Amino acid sequence: MTDTAIPSNPPADRARTGRMIVYGVAGLIGLALMFAPFLFPDVRSGQVAARICIFIVLAASYDLLIGYTGIVSFAHTMFFGLGAYGVAMALKGMGATWGAIALGGSAGVLAAIVLAVLIGVLSLRVKAIFFAMVTLAAASVMAVLASQLSDFTGGEDGIVYSAPKLFSPATKLLTTDDGKVAKLLGVSMNGKIAAYYFVFLSCLALFYVLNRIVRSPLGTVLEAIRENDLRAEAIGYRVVAYRTSVFVIAAVIAALAGAVWAVWLRYTGPETTFSFAIMIDILLMVVIGGMGTMVGAVIGVVIMNLAQFYLKDLMGAAAEATSAVPVLPQLLDPDRWLLWLGLLFILLVYFFPAGIAGTLMKKGSH
Amino acid sequence: MNASTLFARVGGVNALPVLLMIIALPLIGSYSSWVTLTVAGLAMGMMIFLMASGLSLVFGLMDVLNFGHSAFISFGAFIAASMLALMPGFVGSSSVALNFLALFTAIGVASLFGLVAGWFFERVIVKPVYRDHLRQILITIGALIVAEQIILATWGGNPVAVPRPAMLEGSFIIGDISIEIYRVFAFGLGLAVFIVLYLVLNRTRIGLLIRAGVEDREMVEALGFKIDRLFVGVFMVGSALAAMGGAMWAGYQGLISGALGGELMILVFIVVIIGGLGSIEGSLLGALLVGLLGNYVAFLFPKLSLASNMLLMMAILLWRPWGLRPALKL
Repeated sequence: MTDTAIPSNPPADRARTGRMIVYGVAGLIGLALMFAPFLFPDVRSGQVAARICIFIVLAASYDLLIGYTGIVSFAHTMFFGLGAYGVAMALKGMGATWGAIALGGSAGVLAAIVLAVLIGVLSLRVKAIFFAMVTLAAASVMAVLASQLSDFTGGEDGIVYSAPKLFSPATKLLTTDDGKVAKLLGVSMNGKIAAYYFVFLSCLALFYVLNRIVRSPLGTVLEAIRENDLRAEAIGYRVVAYRTSVFVIAAVIAALAGAVWAVWLRYTGPETTFSFAIMIDILLMVVIGGMGTMVGAVIGVVIMNLAQFYLKDLMGAAAEATSAVPVLPQLLDPDRWLLWLGLLFILLVYFFPAGIAGTLMKKGSH
Repeated sequence: MNASTLFARVGGVNALPVLLMIIALPLIGSYSSWVTLTVAGLAMGMMIFLMASGLSLVFGLMDVLNFGHSAFISFGAFIAASMLALMPGFVGSSSVALNFLALFTAIGVASLFGLVAGWFFERVIVKPVYRDHLRQILITIGALIVAEQIILATWGGNPVAVPRPAMLEGSFIIGDISIEIYRVFAFGLGLAVFIVLYLVLNRTRIGLLIRAGVEDREMVEALGFKIDRLFVGVFMVGSALAAMGGAMWAGYQGLISGALGGELMILVFIVVIIGGLGSIEGSLLGALLVGLLGNYVAFLFPKLSLASNMLLMMAILLWRPWGLRPALKL
């Protein structure tokens, strides 16, 4: 048989092209993040790049729950916040040392594990939908506690502290002969670069771990549970144990991401960690990117971050253009960008439940 | 006689709110503040019951969890506030009849809005995703985001003051005990709604069908009843009750902001989980417990008031994983 005798299979071709596009885009994003300080040297872009790194880990670990295992949790920012507050309180109390980061980070991770086990054992026994409600209640209580126990957490104002000396802008990583900060491709090699690469490499490592998990036998069991938990149980997998352990894994990764975020930001408050708005952001990112695909998280995060900046600008222009019409300017106000994103989200869940990456790769809806 | 039969003889789980009141009395110490707190707790519980009953029934009947439920609460509160602001003459008048007319117009318009919006929500948002929990949660969250943004666009981000009818201001004074009139009114309205719901569910044919549907939907469908149509009705009534609860809450608080729906939703979820899904008796029980405990703890340990409800929920889940009085065990 020759090659020409094999009938071509257009859907498979299209899926292959789609997969190439998705992985190509994700690869480009990865490269852009890797060289972000050189490609986008201004401060604001650096901030956005670090935020994207952190949120890729956060969204991917959330996808492990919602996309791979089919459990809906609203407590993901709670674990994120625990990691961040652990590091923040340690850095504030013990001074800017690496020991403080390690100690605070481990304390945050430990708290996340304890809470995740408690919530999982208490409520994963009953239906998944029950679990969504319990996590929502737990997360909001934690958010209130963080803003009320102001002796420890700084209340609404949060905690300001300094990171280890290596990350301070005054630190010289490379020096020229006359003792000044050396420049590489026009970018000063100071502590800011070190801080960014600390964030980037930590996030890369965590993202790699997540990818290993979903490709491991554990990942396959999780997908089996998502597709049909009764059958998985009947085959002999202990569904509750698997659900609880994946919830704990996701919690630990979220807490670690929170710890890195706290080191980068040098500020931790309820708004940057515990707020429900962040939870909604993560949910939108995962669903827009594509549930059940790790690259989907990457694409979703970048789209949401770009939307946050550019959709607002676009809407501001549109609001000015329609200022003569009665209701439109209020609806097009830049602060109302979530309104349009919400509508987009509803349409996406209706028509493309697999999200951008899932639809392109034809993973099919569940 | 062992402890569990004694517990069952004094009323079982139904006696829990009374038990809580009795325990709270020596802790609080002063009789007059205990009465004030108890009345506040009961009134708050009844308002939360209004919001929670619909959610619980909708879930029980059709296995639909509506995260957008809090949007009806917020809309109810803001619409009632706007209606009351439109009728300053009636609200400020010393005539009891005009006061009541204004109040009932506001609550009525809010509930009517809930009814209509509930119909729209059920047809457009929820119907396409029956029996798919994940997409249900996602899509109702999406609708919640949109609804909250519409509220922000309509009423702005600043807190809105709610004018309260003159006759509901002030308190009854009995000895050294003072009881706010509005709280008594809220309690009475909630109780009336509960009685009506109870009678409809237990004494009418439609109620019979609803209860049968909660127990076993497929069997009711197999017997030839259109449960979908019934469900739209339940959804609309549930949304209207949420809006009514929101309207009452607006009057209770006096100052409302866009975050109100989200804050109350947490309490509503806790109530539904504590009470057990699908039963209005459970919702009432859960709501009274949450209301009372919230007020007692806010007095005794101010910083723990919300956390106390969370602890209550955890304790009850450990004791009874399906809630206190579930109509169905999942």
